[in-house]
Amino acid sequence: MTEGTFGAPAGEPDLVQLLTPEGERCEHPDYAFDLDDEAIRGFYRDMVLTRRIDAEAIALQRQGELGIWASLLGQEAAQIGSGRAVRQQDFIFPTYREHGVAWCRGVDPLALISLFRGVDHGGWDPADVNFHLYTIVIGAQTLHATGYAMGMQRDGCVGTGDPERDAAVLAYFGDGASAQGDVNESFIWSAVFNTPTVYFLQNNQWAISAPQERQSRIPLYRRAAGFGFPGVRVDGNDVLASYAVTKAALQQARDGGGPTLIEAFTYRMGAHTTTDDPTRYRLQDELEHWKLKDPLARVKAYLTRNALIDDAFLSDLDTEADDLAAHVRAGTLAMPEPDLAATFDRVYAEMTPELRAQQEWFREYHASFHPSGQAADGGAPHAEVTR
Amino acid sequence: MTALTLAKSLNAGLRRAMEDDPKVVIMGEDIGRLGGVFRVTDGLQKDFGEDRVIDTPLAESGIVGTAIGLALRGYRPICEIQFDGFVYPAYDQIVSQVAKMRFRSQGRLAVPMVIRIPFGGGIGAVEHHSESPEAYFAHTAGLKVVACASPGDAYWMIQQCVASDDPVIFLEPKRRYYEKAEVDTEATEAPYPLFASRVVRDGTDAVLLAYGPMVKTCLEAAQAAAEEGKNLAVVDLRTLSPLDLDPVYELVRRTGRVVTVHEAPITGGLGAELATRITEECFYSLQAPVRRVGGFDTPYPPARAEEDFLPDLDRILDAVDRVLAY
Repeated sequence: MTEGTFGAPAGEPDLVQLLTPEGERCEHPDYAFDLDDEAIRGFYRDMVLTRRIDAEAIALQRQGELGIWASLLGQEAAQIGSGRAVRQQDFIFPTYREHGVAWCRGVDPLALISLFRGVDHGGWDPADVNFHLYTIVIGAQTLHATGYAMGMQRDGCVGTGDPERDAAVLAYFGDGASAQGDVNESFIWSAVFNTPTVYFLQNNQWAISAPQERQSRIPLYRRAAGFGFPGVRVDGNDVLASYAVTKAALQQARDGGGPTLIEAFTYRMGAHTTTDDPTRYRLQDELEHWKLKDPLARVKAYLTRNALIDDAFLSDLDTEADDLAAHVRAGTLAMPEPDLAATFDRVYAEMTPELRAQQEWFREYHASFHPSGQAADGGAPHAEVTR
Repeated sequence: MTALTLAKSLNAGLRRAMEDDPKVVIMGEDIGRLGGVFRVTDGLQKDFGEDRVIDTPLAESGIVGTAIGLALRGYRPICEIQFDGFVYPAYDQIVSQVAKMRFRSQGRLAVPMVIRIPFGGGIGAVEHHSESPEAYFAHTAGLKVVACASPGDAYWMIQQCVASDDPVIFLEPKRRYYEKAEVDTEATEAPYPLFASRVVRDGTDAVLLAYGPMVKTCLEAAQAAAEEGKNLAVVDLRTLSPLDLDPVYELVRRTGRVVTVHEAPITGGLGAELATRITEECFYSLQAPVRRVGGFDTPYPPARAEEDFLPDLDRILDAVDRVLAY
C-alpha cells in the first residue's frame, strides 16, 4: 500500500537539493542558495517556532479548545523556504495548512487559530499582509491567484525591470488538489495568458487517506510540461532548496517569464487534520523513513557542525518558543465568542431589507433570553463561559 | 430615444460601463472577435482591446475563478456565461467563493463582479441551452440576483450592476434578445433603482408576478383577459434577491388574488417563495390561495415539446380563472 511513496530518494537527478538530510551543503547546476549563514539561522528559528505553534494548536484541539487543526508537521522547510522567497509586493494564495507561510507574512498565529476555533473564517486582513485568507475548498484559490496575477499584468507590475514594482503571485496547494479541475484550469489560464503565477505544490504524499499514486501516474511536477510551462521538483524538506527554487521562479514570473510549477517533495508527518488517524492508512515504517529526513534536524545539524549556533542560541530559541506557545494558548482562551448578529452586516456591501429584518428579529429574540440587556447591544453573550 | 433590441441595449450598457470605469473588464467565451454567441459584446474588443474584453479558454469555473482574482486586485469583471446550462461547472466558484468572500473576510474583501447568464427557453435549442437556474442563486446568501425583461431595463440595469459593490447574477431573457423598444441612452441616470420591482400594468381583479421572459407573456395574458372583462395587474419583479415586494403587497391587498409565473420548475422555485411571503404578509387580504404557474418538475424537454412545457397565455389564464373562482 505504501510502496512507492518513499519515492525520489536524495540524489535523484530531478530533485533539487542544497542541504542533505545529514546537514551537508550540496550543489545543484541550476539553483544556488545566495544568502548567508545568518539567514539560515533565521530559517531555523522560523521552523522551530512554526513547529511549536503547530504543536500547541494540536494540544489545544485535543483539549477541546479548537474544533479542528490542520498540522504542518514535516512541511516546515517547504513553507519557510518558499515563504521567505517572496517580496513585499508579491501576493500569496494559501490553502488551509500554510501556517509557516503565514508566519513569514507576519500573520499572528492567533489569526489562524481563530478559524479553527470557530470564532471567524480568518482573522487577518489580506490587504495588510498580501496573504489571502485560507481557502478550504481544495484548489479553488489557484484560480483566484491566476486572476490576481492577470490584474498585476494589467497594472503594469510585470517585466518593468523595477525590483520595487515587479510582482508575482504564489499559489499553494497539495497533491490532492492537483486532481481538481480548478487547478488544471488555473494552469491553462496562467499558461495562455503568461501570468506571473508561481505554483507551490506541497506533495506531502497523502490526500487524507489517498496516496499520491491515486492522484497521478506521473511525478506531479511533470504535469507542467503538458500545460506549457516549466515544472521543477524540489526537496521540500530542504529549506535552502525550497527558498532557492521559489526565489528563481518568482523572479522569472516578475520578469514576465510566466508561470512555474514547483513540486515540493515532502511528507506530512501527522494526520491530515486532527480528525483522522493515519495509522489506519499508512505504515509506521514510512513515517520512520521520513523522520530521517526531518526538515529541522538537517538545518540544526548544519548549523551545529559549522559552529553557527551554540547552546545559548538554542536555549534562547526554546524560551522564545515557550513564550510563543503561551501567547497562542492564552490568546486562544481569551478569544471572545463571535456575535451572530454582527455577522449579518458582512454579507453584502449594501444590506438587503430582508436581511436587516432578520437581524433585528434575531437581536430582539436573543435579548429576550437576557432580560438584563447583557446581549442586547450585540455583545458576546457567552464570553464568560469560556474565560 | 432610440429603438434598440434587448441585446443591443445590453451592448450599449456594457460600452457605457467600460467608458465610465477603466477597471471594468469583460471575460468569457467567444466574446471578443465573435462578439458573443448572441452578439451582446459585439465590437467591444475592437474598441477596448484584448486586455479589457478577454476571450477566455473554454472553462466556466476558470472564468469566474479568475474574475474573483481580478476583483480582489481592484478590477470590476463582468463574466459572460454562454448559456444557462453551462453555469454549473462554475457553481462552486459562484456559491462558495464569490458569494462568501465578503462574509468570510469579515467585510474586508469585496468581489464586485457581474455574472451574466442568458437564461430560459423558447428558442428551440438543444439540451442545456434553455434552463432557469435562478433559484439556486437566489438561495445563496451573498449573491444578488436580477433579471431584466425589457431593452430599457437591460441598458440601465447592467450599468447599475457593474457599479454595485456586491456580486450580482444578471439574468438575460434570451428569447427576448431581439425584441425592440425605445431606450433613452442619452439620459444621465437610470430611471429606476436596481433592486426594485415595478408595476408594469395596474389592475383590480388579480395580480400576475413575473420576471425576465415571462413579463411579456404575462402582459399578453393580461391583454387577452381584458378582452374578457378581467382587469389584471402585472408586476415585473426585476430583482429576485433581494425581493422587493412592497408594491406587490399593495396590489394583493387591493385584488386579493395572485398568480406567480416563471419558466423554472415549480418545486422550490421563486413562486414558492413569493406565495409564502404573500401569505405571511397579506393573509387576511387573500381571497384565494396564491397559484403558481411554472415549468414542470422534469428536466427541460426536447425543443419540440417546449411549447407545452413553458407557461403560455392559456396556462396563465387558466390559473387566473382558478383564483377568480374563489
